[in-house]
Amino acid sequence: MSAWRLALRLLRQDWRSGELSLLAAALVLTVAAVSAVGFFSDRIERALAREGSALIAADLAIESGTPLPAFWRAEAEARGLETSALVEFRSVVLADGRPQLVRVKAVEGGYPLRGRLRLRAAPEAPEASAEGPPAPGELWVESRLLHLLDQPLGAMLGLGEARLRLGAILSHEPDAGATFFNLAPRVLMNGADLDATGLLGAASRATHRLLIAGEPGALADYRRWLEARLTPGVELRDAASARPEFATAVERATRFLHLATLATLLVAGAAMALASHRLVERQTEAVAIMRCLGMRRHLLLRLFALRLLFLALGASLLGVALGWLAQFGLVALLAEGFGAALPAPSLAPLVAGVVTGLALLLGFALPPLPRLARVSPLRALRGDLGAPPASMWLTLGLALAVFAGLIWWRAGEFALAWKLLLGLLGAGLALLAVVGVLLWIAARLAREARGLARLALAGLTRRPGLALLQIGGFGLGILALLLLAVVRLDLLESWRETLPEEAPNHFLLNIQPHEVEPLKDWLRTQGLGEVELYPMISGRLTGIAERAIEPSDYPDARAQRLAAREFNLSYSERPQADNRILEGRWWTDAGAEPAFSVERELAETLGIRLGDRLTFEVNGRSLSAPVTSLREVQWDSFNVNFFVIGSPALLGAEPATFLTSIHLDARAEALLPELVRRFPSLTLLDVEALIDEVRAVIERGVLAVESVFLLTLAAGLLVMIAGIQASLEQRRAEHGVLRTLGVGRRALLGALALEFAIAGALAGLLAVIFAELIGWMLAVQLFELPFSLNPWLWLGGILGSALAVGAAGTAATYPLLVQPPLQTLRRAH
Amino acid sequence: MTVGEPEPVSRAVALGKHVNGPAGALTILNDLELRVNPGEAVAILGASGSGKSTLLGLLAGLDDATSGEVWLCGERLDQLDEDGRAALRNGRVGFVFQNFQLLPTLNARENVLLPLELSGATEPERRAEEALERVGLSARARHFPRQLSGGEQQRVAIARAWAPRPEVLFADEPTGNLDHETGEHIIDLLLDLKREAGAALVLVTHDPRLAERCDRRLAMRAGRLEALA
Repeated sequence: MSAWRLALRLLRQDWRSGELSLLAAALVLTVAAVSAVGFFSDRIERALAREGSALIAADLAIESGTPLPAFWRAEAEARGLETSALVEFRSVVLADGRPQLVRVKAVEGGYPLRGRLRLRAAPEAPEASAEGPPAPGELWVESRLLHLLDQPLGAMLGLGEARLRLGAILSHEPDAGATFFNLAPRVLMNGADLDATGLLGAASRATHRLLIAGEPGALADYRRWLEARLTPGVELRDAASARPEFATAVERATRFLHLATLATLLVAGAAMALASHRLVERQTEAVAIMRCLGMRRHLLLRLFALRLLFLALGASLLGVALGWLAQFGLVALLAEGFGAALPAPSLAPLVAGVVTGLALLLGFALPPLPRLARVSPLRALRGDLGAPPASMWLTLGLALAVFAGLIWWRAGEFALAWKLLLGLLGAGLALLAVVGVLLWIAARLAREARGLARLALAGLTRRPGLALLQIGGFGLGILALLLLAVVRLDLLESWRETLPEEAPNHFLLNIQPHEVEPLKDWLRTQGLGEVELYPMISGRLTGIAERAIEPSDYPDARAQRLAAREFNLSYSERPQADNRILEGRWWTDAGAEPAFSVERELAETLGIRLGDRLTFEVNGRSLSAPVTSLREVQWDSFNVNFFVIGSPALLGAEPATFLTSIHLDARAEALLPELVRRFPSLTLLDVEALIDEVRAVIERGVLAVESVFLLTLAAGLLVMIAGIQASLEQRRAEHGVLRTLGVGRRALLGALALEFAIAGALAGLLAVIFAELIGWMLAVQLFELPFSLNPWLWLGGILGSALAVGAAGTAATYPLLVQPPLQTLRRAH
Repeated sequence: MTVGEPEPVSRAVALGKHVNGPAGALTILNDLELRVNPGEAVAILGASGSGKSTLLGLLAGLDDATSGEVWLCGERLDQLDEDGRAALRNGRVGFVFQNFQLLPTLNARENVLLPLELSGATEPERRAEEALERVGLSARARHFPRQLSGGEQQRVAIARAWAPRPEVLFADEPTGNLDHETGEHIIDLLLDLKREAGAALVLVTHDPRLAERCDRRLAMRAGRLEALA
């Protein structure tokens, strides 16, 4: 009979005897959890990407200062992608002879390809979604333009040579944020009217943008086609690069989701390791008999590996099916949060689920197998010869390698993979050390203990492998729960707090130096507290490290744009609270030395290193100073921030305008007309809508992550069951003998409860330590969020774990006590 | 009970045990009667599967009978709950198993100590050491079961059973897993200790040599016991 057929037959027998049920359950749950998370996060990631797309009104935007080649658009359309072109430029509208600088966007039908325009029919009217762009002959404008021009809706405005009607108030424009510092009021018009205005000639300064949307595969193909043909000065934007503050939120949400998946994987892997350990223990006798009957080692191993492979395939497919069903549950829970329907899941998670199941089998269930190959045939005669001990290095090494591979594959981030792996390795070693110390203490106590107490302690100290597995398993289960608490209470809360209710929602710009003190006083008297105003000086970067720079020096479009544009420079004695110095030092002595501090990503894009001398042309003069620090800026804080800051000694004497950001609630917004009247030169920018969008991403992300962590929790419960099961055989025999020796059920029950409660408390302690460590690592290293220790976690973790494990362990072992001792003894052997 | 007859240490009255198996209801014991007096050695012989071990379990209160009465040390077992039966066994009943049933995480000395400590015996350490010495295993007191041979393990099990000085000792095929010579040695030990302690011994065996050396021999047939000459 071939090994395959024999393996299948043995698998059927194993299955009937119930030997495999725990391992199968662990596998099914693992794969179900992983693929439910997979399907679900696949859908959420796509939904988040879609929301990101709304922010550029497309999936991909091609932008240039000159008209784009027509064949780019033709190619996109030939590939079945939707397109829409637009032009943005500065101009002046005239009303009753009064001019007002505006930013005009001329769009085609179909705009926006992603997201919606929202309008108001009157300044106080409710918002309504618009179908498509303004009709020809009509302008949609920001409400402040009505104030500035003092015109009602319906009035006619002059734009170039055309006269267009004020059709509606534009309250939301999905891609408005793409050009954040547009101070002029925005005006939306139909592209068909563009020729009539006569405003755009061949040499006019305008931004031409082609919006593209469609199916991801075709989009990716088109992007590759296009990238090979890009000319200098053309820039590609996608959802992630649309706006840094939104990209940061999406990136964090995605990271949280991946992390939740990984936590599920790890915890479920531990459940499988425990189940496999138990399987090997229970198969030892059968293997000894097979060895006695002359079966060779390699055939034996092959038979076992094949059986597990069949099992894994079956369980993985079942798990994927369950995961697919489970994600509907998650979606049903969350559908409200996402407003519109989520995109349908792709098939990728199906493959991922099966591959994950097989990988988990390799990493967690197979390592104990070589033990079976080493079972002595003598075991058939001497039933008391246990299974040979497992190789710690093989078990740990393979589990770590597989886990690392899975992290790398699932998270797609090498940095995350090695950080997590290092953390896990550290946690594993720490676990060994801590359990080692605890076992040493238990061994000391065992010498003094009597009766049942000695037996309980001996069970721990003389089977350290099992104790390690069990306490480790309990610890992991509790850790999953605590991580949920850490993530939920601490990390997610910190994430929310990066954008608190009081996040600035209005920017005040163009404040003249003589207005600084009166404005501060006025804001104070209006109950808005002390507001800090930041100086802003325009300057053009002309040299890095004594080398003159030109935009054409850089191949990258973003770098070219940065090199060509005017920088908004500022100066300050202290770094802002949401800035973090990564390299070098902030200046001391109130900035007495000339120096620059540069934002990290800008420095990377332009190739600026710490110590490089930067030269800026400011007000017609060259200013030069070394870079003494590189900073990281939290762009999603909505505070005023600068790419380049100079020391007061360097820039303090330059003429500057000032700006600030403030939070105005609905009541305080009534102050705005008065503010504009008192400080007429000041420009006001309302970013409330932008903040709402970022906040929505955070809220949905939090909800999704919490749901995914519930699955981790289920895996945690499974580990605990597996941990209890692992010692069940040993207990069965022990209880039979003890009851024969006259120990009552109540006494045994008490001893059991105590033993499990102590194991639970130890596991809880370990779990709390690791939960805080992981929380700290995640917060500080990965998510760049503040972190603090949580005393309730310590109390709740240790006590809760003692109670939960005590109750669960006692409940699971109770059936052994209900059976008459004779049955217990017979089943044990 | 007849006047002048000693009160039996173990007694079964109209004992019945039925189980439901794959082939339907199965009667293992049927209206079985047994009486074991203090200090008496009784051997129960029978074919494999005849219900000998089941009877032993019922007599020691390790299982529940379907019908009839079981008395142990003057108490009616079927009227006691599980804990009551355990308390009754504690220190007064010993048990020796065919497969030894030593606790693998305890060494020889600790295995013998366990019932002494559980029954609250005085000077448990001294008595455990004496019991091990009596079975000739003082030198191996610190060894774990896996480090001992089958015969040695059974000697530890006998020391564990006798150390608390029980009134009755139940032994289930005590020589079943041992070679001839070791089996002889175990039989000597069991009977010597029985004499020294003045306790009753009820043993289930296939071994006619072992049965020969008991005061009475009973055969299990069709769920009942018959006296053998």
